[in-house]
Amino acid sequence: MSWIDIGHIDDIPLRGARLVKTPVGCVAIFRTAEAEVFAASNACPHKAGPLSEGIVHGGKVTCPLHNWVFDLNTGEAQGADEGRIATYPVRLDAGRILLDGHAVGKRSAA
Amino acid sequence: MAQKLIVIGAGMASGRMLEHLIDAAPDAYDITLFNAEPRGNYNRLMLSPVLAGEKTYAEIVTHDDAWYAARGVTCRFGEKVLRVDTAARIVTGEQGALPYDKLVIATGSSPFIIPLPGHDLQGVIPYRDLEDTEAMMALGAGKRAVIIGGGLLGLEAAAGMAARGTEVDVVHIMGHLMERQLDEAAGYLLRRSLTQKGIRVHCKANSKQILSDGKGHVRALQLDDGTELPCDLLVMAVGIRPSTALGKAAGLEVNRGIVVNDQMVTSDPDVLALGECVEHAGAIFGLVAPLYDQAKVLAQTLLGQKATFVQKELATKLKVTGCDLFSAGDFAEGEGREDIVFRDPARGVYKRLILEGNRLIGAVLYGDTGDGAWFHGLIKDATDVGEMRETLIFGPAYQGGPAADPMAAVAALPRDAEICGCNGVCKGQIEDAINAGAGDLGAVRARTKASASCGTCTGLVEQILGATLGDAFVLPTAQPICGCTDLSHEDLRRLIKSQELKSQEAVWQELGWTSRNGCHVCRPAVNFYLLADWPLDYVDDPQSRFVNERNHANIQKDGTYSVMPRMWGGMTTPQELMAIARAAETYGATVKVTGGQRIDLLGVRKEDLPAIWADLNAAGMVSGHAYSKGLRTVKTCVGSEWCRFGTQDSTGLGIALERRLWGSWTPHKVKLGVSGCPRNCAEATCKDVGIVCVDSGFQIGVAGAAGMDVKETERLVDVRTEEEAIDWTVAFIQLYREHAKYLDRPYKWVAKVGLDWVKETLADAAERQALVERFDLFQSVYQKDPWAERAKPEAARRFHPLADLTLEAAE
Ligand SMILES: Cc1cc2nc3c(=O)[nH]c(=O)nc-3n(C[C@H](O)[C@H](O)[C@H](O)COP(=O)(O)OP(=O)(O)OC[C@H]3O[C@@H](n4cnc5c(N)ncnc54)[C@H](O)[C@@H]3O)c2cc1C
Ligand code: SF4
Ligand code: FES
Repeated sequence: MSWIDIGHIDDIPLRGARLVKTPVGCVAIFRTAEAEVFAASNACPHKAGPLSEGIVHGGKVTCPLHNWVFDLNTGEAQGADEGRIATYPVRLDAGRILLDGHAVGKRSAA
Repeated sequence: MAQKLIVIGAGMASGRMLEHLIDAAPDAYDITLFNAEPRGNYNRLMLSPVLAGEKTYAEIVTHDDAWYAARGVTCRFGEKVLRVDTAARIVTGEQGALPYDKLVIATGSSPFIIPLPGHDLQGVIPYRDLEDTEAMMALGAGKRAVIIGGGLLGLEAAAGMAARGTEVDVVHIMGHLMERQLDEAAGYLLRRSLTQKGIRVHCKANSKQILSDGKGHVRALQLDDGTELPCDLLVMAVGIRPSTALGKAAGLEVNRGIVVNDQMVTSDPDVLALGECVEHAGAIFGLVAPLYDQAKVLAQTLLGQKATFVQKELATKLKVTGCDLFSAGDFAEGEGREDIVFRDPARGVYKRLILEGNRLIGAVLYGDTGDGAWFHGLIKDATDVGEMRETLIFGPAYQGGPAADPMAAVAALPRDAEICGCNGVCKGQIEDAINAGAGDLGAVRARTKASASCGTCTGLVEQILGATLGDAFVLPTAQPICGCTDLSHEDLRRLIKSQELKSQEAVWQELGWTSRNGCHVCRPAVNFYLLADWPLDYVDDPQSRFVNERNHANIQKDGTYSVMPRMWGGMTTPQELMAIARAAETYGATVKVTGGQRIDLLGVRKEDLPAIWADLNAAGMVSGHAYSKGLRTVKTCVGSEWCRFGTQDSTGLGIALERRLWGSWTPHKVKLGVSGCPRNCAEATCKDVGIVCVDSGFQIGVAGAAGMDVKETERLVDVRTEEEAIDWTVAFIQLYREHAKYLDRPYKWVAKVGLDWVKETLADAAERQALVERFDLFQSVYQKDPWAERAKPEAARRFHPLADLTLEAAE
């Protein structure tokens, strides 16, 4: 792992998301609770809806375009829909959000 | 001869350690104990009960002078240790130096003081020791205190002072109290019971500065938003930092705390440490349970015995009388984790268990914490709970018993059990009514009044119907909002009003939501209902809004947005058109004229939204809310101003209506039309509200549709003056807003409640006036241009990516 500091948790609204541009494409960083973040691909497998704009509830997000729901832990689509979004290791350290640089295709961490 | 042992800090950890050590080997060491506080060991946890007046200081002393004397411990209380020389093995206190063979550092931690302007004023204190406690006790009745920090310590301080008659404000930066130990629902309940004790709680409140009374003493705390909270004492309880200064200066390895190994030995083999000042395997400590384990291990290490400190799961309790709260383990959601939630709104009970596979890993209990220890045990021992999963939440008493069947529970109730609290109806009366022929909920309501008021007992009444009638009764299927609740939209709206629920947390808790914080279906509805009913109390939650309303632009299929400035009544000017054209060119937008008499700029990138808004704002235009569940457009014709048939100034009326109604939030989008004569060029007769001007005045029609359904408006009223036309329109929209189900357009709502009821209600002049006033009150808070707010730099930042890792990669 190579942890990259991408910002402070308060830069993301509670139950909201922000984007990070990475070599593997846009990654959405979701904040589901006061101190809980997830990282996943921003593109919905259905028709590429921007998941960072979806409504975040529990540990899930609903795609804003056609309401597919994804579990942020596993990336799996919920209910009758089939599909999966990539998830990436992310963690919090004293309020800072650390994203795994290797997983998002960055060779060397600054 | 006995070896010399020096202990720095007579706190809870070292006190326990000395007991173990001296009990096991009374003569192994010749001990000297330093303490900066002018006293020996007392139970620091019990300071809160002392503050609250439930205990005295004498009762919380754990080791008195006689204890030390009997064990030959030399005490140097009130003397701070200044230096440790590990090479020479000498400790230097304020009164002189002393050599050691073994040294134990137990300096605890220091409270963190936020360096706000004014933090060094008199009357600004932390909450850590007896002196602080005494300062709070001395304040007494009639004075005011502000506490910064809504964690364990801050709340105990608040409750203790409130119990002494001090007026207390708690300022907390997070969205709910004790966010590290509690989830939102439990935090809400806690807040509720503190509020009932008279404590004012301000969440999401950021402190800006501490104001002086001009004589060096604190006068008030000022928040970011300018609010001033006056106070005679300000207590900061925002966290603690391990006291590592001594260790660091002595050259020991120190990270966040003084680093120790499993035997509690620091990087120097003759120096040991324990308590809040240490760091073990990356963790630091703020509760006593692990410190007691450390004390045992450290004593054994000093005696040459092999012992190992292992970190365990922790549990927290709040020592505030009347707030029963328990939290243990890890309650965040995570990979493969599942929640079991139990809520009993009437008793104020909330329980949440977090399972990972067949193991319990976390528990949050509020209101009924009796089973806390049992759950904590299951967490610590990683017990396989697969077998009892179904009944786990009911606690140990239930295990092995029969599975809970709600029907059986109701059947077992005695006849005099009260079912409907509002109307004082008991089970027997309901059974009698059913046996006398009341075969459904409506009939039971009519005969007994049960469930006819707030409606919370509806489920119980239905269960009694089921139990009494057996298979003859089929539970009615009022469509629940979504999977998070059994309530219908109508029930939810009624309960929000009758129970005065003013926050999302209150709704989830009081109405027994089964999910942590709703879902994409119910949250926007709940957000709207709260906003509509409590415009002054409830704060809009953008995260509970669909993307369009959150970003104040329409999302399109490729993820770009469309931007539409308001054109009042369809009027514009050459200057506005030029500004729109320029904006389209600058941001590469496609230009489309819409059906609602406006200009749409399509294909704008999210990052560009704040900039294009700023440009359009600069030309005098505001958001057209083309994306909102709120007023969209007021379509007009040219009316008497230009048209040879025009009877009234339809354009002017349209503009007046739009200026009054814009920026409002409604259950669904609302479109208006005003035509200058029955030729109806503005197509007013298929709008939510359509006004047709005639010679004698204005014909107001409502509940038209031109979407998936096409429907002509129905006549609401004919009025003479423009003023009346505006009043009726505003009152109709307010009535719709107060009663309709979220996402029902007015035509659907009117079909449900009946146009006659709408007419009757609005025909009452006083009622109409009251509706207009409530609408205007709402507008006084919410009618503002969302573009202007979000074009400001701080808000605009949110429209950009948090970070760009592709740039660095290219370097
Ligand atoms: C009001 C309050 C309520 C609490 N409630 C709970 C609770 O309900 N549950 C729970 O688990 N925990 C609670 N805690 C936390 C708990 O009290 C601490 O975790 C525990 O006391 C830490 O023990 P310690 O021995 O490491 O440090 P302390 O008990 O803080 O002892 C350290 C001592 O070292 C002295 N010292 C520091 N530097 C020097 C020096 N250079 N020279 C000489 N002496 C020095 C200090 O004066 C202090 O007396 C509470 C704390 C407070 C303040
Ligand atoms: S509705 Fe009547 S007044 Fe308005 S433009 Fe048409 S004809 Fe003229
Ligand atoms: S694009 Fe996500 S649900 Fe269709």
